[in-house]
Order: sequence, then structure tokens, then C-alpha cells
Amino acid sequence: MLKKLALAGALSVMTSGAWAACAYENTTPLKSLSAGFEAWKAVTDAMAECGNFQASLDQEFREKQPEAFAAKPALYQIGGVANSTMIPLLNAGTIRPLDDLVAKYGQHLAPNQLIKVDGKTYAIAMMVNLQHLMYREDILNDLGIEVPTTYAEMIEAAKKIKEAGVVDYPIGGTFKTGWNLGEEFINNYLGEGGEFFTDGNMPNINNEKGVAALEVMKALTEYMDPEYLVSDSTYVQQQFQQGKIAMANLWASRAAAMDDEAESQVVGKVVMAAAPMGSERPASSLWWDGVVFAANMTDEEAEAAFQVAMEGMDTEMVQANNDAAVWLIDGFTAGPLAKGAYETAQAGTAPYPGSGPMGIMHTVLGNGISDYLTGAKDAETTLSDIEAAYITAAKESGLVE
Amino acid sequence: MNFKTFAAFVGPSVIMMILFIAFPLASVLKQSFYNTKPIYETVEVESCSPGFPDQICVTEKKSVPKLDDEGNIIETTEFVGLQSYSNVLELERAWNAVKTDGLIALQSIDFWKALRFTLTFTLITLPLVLAGGLGIALMINNATSAIKGPVIFLSLLPFIITPVIGALSINWLFRGDGILTAFIEWYLGRDVSLFAQAWTIELLMMLYRVWHVAPFAGIVFYAGLQTVNTDALESAVIDGASRWQRLKYVVIPHLTPLIVFVSMIHLMDSYRVFEEVVGFSSQGYVISLQWLTYDFLVPDQAGNRSVSRASASAMITMIGIAILLVPLLRRTWNDHKGGH
Repeated sequence: MLKKLALAGALSVMTSGAWAACAYENTTPLKSLSAGFEAWKAVTDAMAECGNFQASLDQEFREKQPEAFAAKPALYQIGGVANSTMIPLLNAGTIRPLDDLVAKYGQHLAPNQLIKVDGKTYAIAMMVNLQHLMYREDILNDLGIEVPTTYAEMIEAAKKIKEAGVVDYPIGGTFKTGWNLGEEFINNYLGEGGEFFTDGNMPNINNEKGVAALEVMKALTEYMDPEYLVSDSTYVQQQFQQGKIAMANLWASRAAAMDDEAESQVVGKVVMAAAPMGSERPASSLWWDGVVFAANMTDEEAEAAFQVAMEGMDTEMVQANNDAAVWLIDGFTAGPLAKGAYETAQAGTAPYPGSGPMGIMHTVLGNGISDYLTGAKDAETTLSDIEAAYITAAKESGLVE
Repeated sequence: MNFKTFAAFVGPSVIMMILFIAFPLASVLKQSFYNTKPIYETVEVESCSPGFPDQICVTEKKSVPKLDDEGNIIETTEFVGLQSYSNVLELERAWNAVKTDGLIALQSIDFWKALRFTLTFTLITLPLVLAGGLGIALMINNATSAIKGPVIFLSLLPFIITPVIGALSINWLFRGDGILTAFIEWYLGRDVSLFAQAWTIELLMMLYRVWHVAPFAGIVFYAGLQTVNTDALESAVIDGASRWQRLKYVVIPHLTPLIVFVSMIHLMDSYRVFEEVVGFSSQGYVISLQWLTYDFLVPDQAGNRSVSRASASAMITMIGIAILLVPLLRRTWNDHKGGH
């Protein structure tokens, strides 16, 4: 019965008032493939209002996208990507330059939304995401602690919180082995002003900046749940919601969950602030999410796809989903939840340096760093082993001679 | 049976085996000796991405794969011999590590670390699965016929659960302040973190595997118990043999072929331990050979994957299983020869 009702509801949305919210009536069958988090759901729902549109929200999208876009004709007309996931599509030439379409239908787009490579626009960004400091304002106020602006201050604060014993663990961290742990190192290394590669894509992390990044990570783990190597963003979010931790560098996209009354026991108590500063920049990296369009489709399809995407990424959608993300789209009001992301970005955070070699580097970092944190290797050995693993993989991929 | 009938019976399965076993195996073997990669050229590219307040544009040298006239990436395939195998095994590095710091130093090299865990896991769970299976079989066998059905059903339940789902459930029961960890903490009166060091994770993985597989062994042994010669058992009782002696001298010898069969299946399965690593997200502490193959194969965000190394690693895993099976196969072979 419930199923039938839902189906009937879905059908009526598709047939009746559906086009009301969309200024462009779409007659070309279109499909999109993107990640499945809240912001993509909002955007693709808004696209669906134009009709003839089917969205695949899939957390494993990155494994499907390169093949699906290389097909002739492409299996999806619209793709959702981020800094790094655009690289394989761009390298294979399976996404199209959008300058004509932007001139025709995208005059309202902010310059910030146009992702350009070699002067040509290849993607339209809709939001940014980055890791920044979230902290329990009540705890810091009670203990008379200033909001930390560097990791040294954060560790100092953690010490006081631990002594006071008000939470289980003063610090939470997305230190799960693999992608999360790699990202933490990348944030810290960027914060120290490090460069990942030298000429010829050779690795360049075994230096004092790399060691400094590792040491900061290890110092933080002493104030974390000892099971940090299995804790991902969702886990840290839950630790916050259940009042078990007091501070964490967590993704901006998780900010809204802190005030979700259905899940959170700390509504209104978690405040957003800038990511801690490294020696040169904030220890964070700036990510964008946006749409790309397949090269392997007709120009008519491309026009339709672009217009549908623009309808999905319009002011109306942003106003209805203001807190779901830090939107780049006109109409976004940056509330207190977006404060941390803005301050971090304005402090000069580097964009995530997505590239072919960086893909390999991220993987080997994610696999290799736990040996240092568990004490199996010292910092220099860890970094040189990671560099060796990088070179082996990069040679196999043809990126290093 | 004439040859034509024989061929008609055997043909389909031979074709299936060639298509789904021999051909993929040959293909993996070939891929482990070759390496396919795109041809890159270095170009200077300006790329712009969102920034606050203004867009951030950087100009840098990037490696971009060359495309042919039809827009496909140009790839070259070259014969690399045993290079991929040596990249997986890292023999030279392993040898140097052993020379300076002893065997324990092998733990810093992925393959040897994975091999250590895979072997311990396989060899420790084997006797536990056999003993557990025998226990379950005896329990079912001794249950009165009224409750036999439900007992069989209940003892088979763990085996029915999808391995990854089972592993995830155990993960959630024990992770952080999961129900069972909370219980242990209450019982011991102190904080317990089961996912904070390697040995507790390994222990959980082994317990999970035994819990999952023992019912299978149990049902096989139960079938075997139905054919135990009752005369022999009765005479043993008359001779004054205790329950344990009957088990040791009558039942177990009778079950030996089944024990060998279950051992072989278990060695093959547990040498490919994978679900536990994923389900417990144990990569930071322990990895297995099969996980290593998977890790080579899965593409990173920029789309790179190490197919050659994955193939080599898969072949090495297969060789490992073959070596482990040798003693059991020899035993079966000898029995077979002795029986005729």
C-alpha cells in the first residue's frame, strides 16, 4: 500500500505540477551520474522538474564515470565531479568545452563557478567543500579557552579539556586508513606550504615539511578516540552529535548535521571556525563539486542538458536548500554554519591539487601513514616508503620514466 | 559408454570450464607479464578553480595523455617479464630488511605483511573450524528428532549471512561504544578499544570466520555421521569404550575423507580472506593478500590502476593456495591409489 502511494505520488509529480518549477520544458531524454550526498540530491531533484530526466546518485560514481563517458554515445549526458574526479574525464577527452553554452545560456553564472583548463570552461561548479574547525562553544567558554587558530593551540586546548574530563575525547579526526587519512596529510602538508612533486612527476614529500605534517597528526591522535584509524567523516559527525568530542576538523558539508534535532544532542552548541593555520596556509584544501557534460553526444542534446543543469542549479533550488552546502550559486545566504568554510577559504586555502600523479600520491599516502601513527615506522622511513610506493605505481601508469 | 555419449555429457562442462576458468586465468597470467600505459606528454596548463573572493588560477606543467585522431588515449603495451612480480614481492627490500632487523622487519613491506596475516589467519582458523564443525554435527546428531529440524536451521544461520554484511555487523557490535564493547567495559570495569590495535582486530576476524564457516563443516560432518557403521559402534560400547574413545577410534577415522574435504575448501577460502579486512576496515593494522590485489586493481580518483601488479598478486595468491593444498592432495592421492 505504501509503495503504491509513493509510486502514485511520484507519478503525479512527474506528470502534473512538475514543469511548474522549471522554466525550460525538456523533451530530450537525459541522464546524470554523480555522487549521492545531500547537495547532489537537491540539484538533481530540481533538474528532474524539467522532465525527461533521470539521475543516478551513486557513491561509486568515480569507478563508472570514465567508461560510461567514453562510450559512443555516452551513457550519461551530465556528470557530477569534483577536483580530482574530473581528471580522468578531462584526460580522456570525454567531456566537452562549455564556452559556447555558457555564452548562450549561462550569462548569470558567477566567474567563480567556471572551472577553466587552458582558458576553456570544462565544468560548472555549484558548491565548495573543505575541512575546517568545529568546536563545542559551551565547553570552550566554560573552561575559558580561546578558539584555537593553530594546531599548537588546538593541542593546548585539548590538554585542558582532557584535564577537565567533560567529554570522552577532546579531539575527533577523520583518520580512517585510506582516502581520509591521505586527505589529512595533504591538508597539513599544504598548510606547511609543501609541494607534492618536482619535475617529471617525482615525489617530494620526504622533507621537513612532510615530517612536520606527520608530527602534527600524531600529536592530535593522543587526544582522539584510540580507534581513530577506523573513523571516517560520518563517525566523527556522530561523535560530535552524541557529545563525545569537543573539537574536530570536519567537512563543511557536515555542519548542518550538528543542528539536526532528530540526530544531534548538541543542537546550537557546535560553532564553526576557520581551519587551524599551518606555517604558510590553513591546514585544509579547497574542493569544488560541479557538473560536466559528455563530449560524445549531439549538440542538441548538449544544449538541452546544459539548460536542464542550469535549472537545477538555480537560485530557487539554493533558497530551498540553503544549509545543505556552501553554494557558489547566486542566492546563497552564508549563515553561521558556513562561517568556518568562508573564513578558511578567505585565509588563502589552496585548492586540492587534483591531477593524475596526485591520484596515486593520495592512495599511497592513505595506505602508508598508519605505519607512522601506530609506531611501526619513524617519520622519515614512512615518508621514504610512501615515495617508493608512489614511484612503483607511477612507473606502471607511465607518469614517471 | 561410447565416446560420443561421453563427449555429449562432459562437453558442456568442459566448455564452461575453458570459458570461465581457463581463459580468464590465462588472461590474468598474460597481463602479469605485460604492462599497458598511456603515453603522456608534458604541457603547461593554466587551470582555474573557485576561490574567495576571486577565482584561483595556477599555471603549471601537467602530464596529459596523448589522444589519437578519434579522440582515444594512445596506449602502449610492453613486455615487462617478471617486473610486476618483483614489484609485488619487493624481494631485495625484504632481504635488506631481514638482514638488518630480523624477520619482524618484514612487517613494513606490504606483501610480507599480508602474507603473515593470511597464513596465521588460515592456519589458526582451520583446526577451530574442524573442531567447531564436529561439535555442531554431534549436537545435531544427538538432538531428538522432534527438534532436529530447528536445530539444523539455527546452526546453519551464520553460514547463510552474506560475509560482508556479517563482518560489518560484528564491526558495529564492537566498534567504539558498540553494544558488546559496552558490555565488556561494564564487565571489566575499564575502557576497552577493540579497534585500536592489531591483535584484537585479528582475533575478532578469526572468531567471525569460525562462527561463519563452522556450520558448513558441521552439516558436512553430520551427513557423514549418518553413515557410521552402527555395528562397529555397538561393539565398541560392548567392549567398554567410552564416548571419547568411540569418537576417536570409530567416528573420526570414518569421517577422515570429509575432514580432508572440509580442510581443502577452508584453506582455499580463508587464504583468500577479504571480507573481514573490508568489513572491519582493518587496513591500518592488518591486510590480506586478496585485499592487496583489490587495492592494486581499484582505480584512484584520477583513474590510475595497477592492473599488472594486481595480476601478478593474483597469480602469487593462486600459487600460495596450491602450495597449501599439496599435503592434503597427496593424502587423497595416496588413499585413492591404496584403495585399488
